[in-house]
Amino acid sequence: MPTPAQVGSKLTSLLFEDRLATDILRSTQRVTLGVLLGILLAVPVGFLIGWYRSVRTFLDPLINFFRALPPIALIPLVVVYFGIDEPAKVIILFYASFFAGVIVMYEGVAQISPIFIKVARTLGASDHEIFFKVIVPLSMPHILTALRVALGVAWATLVASELVAAQQGLGALIQSAGAFFQIDVIYVGIVCIGTVALSMDLALRVLTRRLIRWQDRVEAQ
Amino acid sequence: MSDPRIIFDDVSVDFETERGPLRVVDGVSLSIHDQEFICIVGPSGCGKTTLMNIVAGFLRPSSGRVTLDGRPIAGPGRDRGVIFQEYGVFPWLSVRDNILFGLRLKGRRVAASEQQRVCQKYLDLMGLADFAQAFPKTLSGGMRQRLAIARAYAAQPDFLLMDEPFGALDAQTRSKMQDLLLEVLKRERKTVIMITHSVDEAMYLASRIVVVTARPARIRSIITTPPAYPRREALHETPEFGALKAHVRDLVMAEYEVQQQLSSTVSNAA
Repeated sequence: MPTPAQVGSKLTSLLFEDRLATDILRSTQRVTLGVLLGILLAVPVGFLIGWYRSVRTFLDPLINFFRALPPIALIPLVVVYFGIDEPAKVIILFYASFFAGVIVMYEGVAQISPIFIKVARTLGASDHEIFFKVIVPLSMPHILTALRVALGVAWATLVASELVAAQQGLGALIQSAGAFFQIDVIYVGIVCIGTVALSMDLALRVLTRRLIRWQDRVEAQ
Repeated sequence: MSDPRIIFDDVSVDFETERGPLRVVDGVSLSIHDQEFICIVGPSGCGKTTLMNIVAGFLRPSSGRVTLDGRPIAGPGRDRGVIFQEYGVFPWLSVRDNILFGLRLKGRRVAASEQQRVCQKYLDLMGLADFAQAFPKTLSGGMRQRLAIARAYAAQPDFLLMDEPFGALDAQTRSKMQDLLLEVLKRERKTVIMITHSVDEAMYLASRIVVVTARPARIRSIITTPPAYPRREALHETPEFGALKAHVRDLVMAEYEVQQQLSSTVSNAA
């Protein structure tokens, strides 16, 4: 087992050989694209499911069925339908992000207190105004939480998505290092995934604090 | 006397429950005139809020009808401002934007300068001017309540429907809020329907007190209070006022006891 110092020096040497920088960039691009697409779909679907009881009754079991499938098990199907190029990898990340995000969204939307809608109605708001001036702002915290959860899940799925004939990316790096028994490179890959995921999460947290200053949050002591 | 504005005509409401329909309001008839201050007093859980929800437009009666200026009430509208027990201030908007919410809606077409003028007026009146930019999370309970009232007022409704608006406040704040309400009403005449379980509050504020029975809510008695201002002094000093208050208290207490027996039978049966 390599010492942390050995992993550290491997990391710097790989960084300067320029392969690692490309790997990090590639993986970050894939994760970002997959998460954005996933959340873009999860938000409207989450609204529908959270808002309409009938839609929920119908879609809830379906969503839980697909959510339970590990993305890695879908790889052969993805290869059949989408080939082995870039879209295949992004689709796996999209899949993982969507199902993680949609649950957060609809649980959040379902919890919106009806009192705010009643108040808006008595002030004369139309349905359209109630959606954009009441439901959307109240959903912002849930959208941002969905984004954070999806980001975590997408990074966790990255290695699986790069099983699909990837030449570049941190998952590909780990897999090829595994094949050649380069334990220190495996650790470098793990450290990079963790670090990038952590920095993206921190950035999202800062964004959340900016966007929803109104929220009464209980800070952990 | 002018025509009544709101008329309850033999109104009954049944709720569907697992054990069949439950009657919560039974045969209520009541006429409310312009600029009256009606207090509805009765035991908690008796159906007072249901009466208010009908006027607000959130609920249709199971039988009978409720009309506003001769037309049946079809839904909520900005002519009837509602102040809810749980305030319902919008947490994502600053104090100022909460007050502006109703004025900025498309249906209103209020000019921007007029919006600001009305908003500032109620910020000042409710003592919220120093907190105009603050979010509701930083406000105390009394301030949130004032904000809810300011927001309802700013929409300039003809009617104010208040459901135990001061119930969650401490005694001092409550009494301050009552005075503030009377002061505002002196300037802008409105028709008020307030639900309360405090006889003191009803005697202090109302022009007519409607005592309702334990569930299902029926009208037990309607008491017209003598016009007396300033009322705080009249309440303490004149013998008629004292006797009337004792009378209302007896009526309400009797219904409280019935309601308590009702609730204990229900919990025994469950």
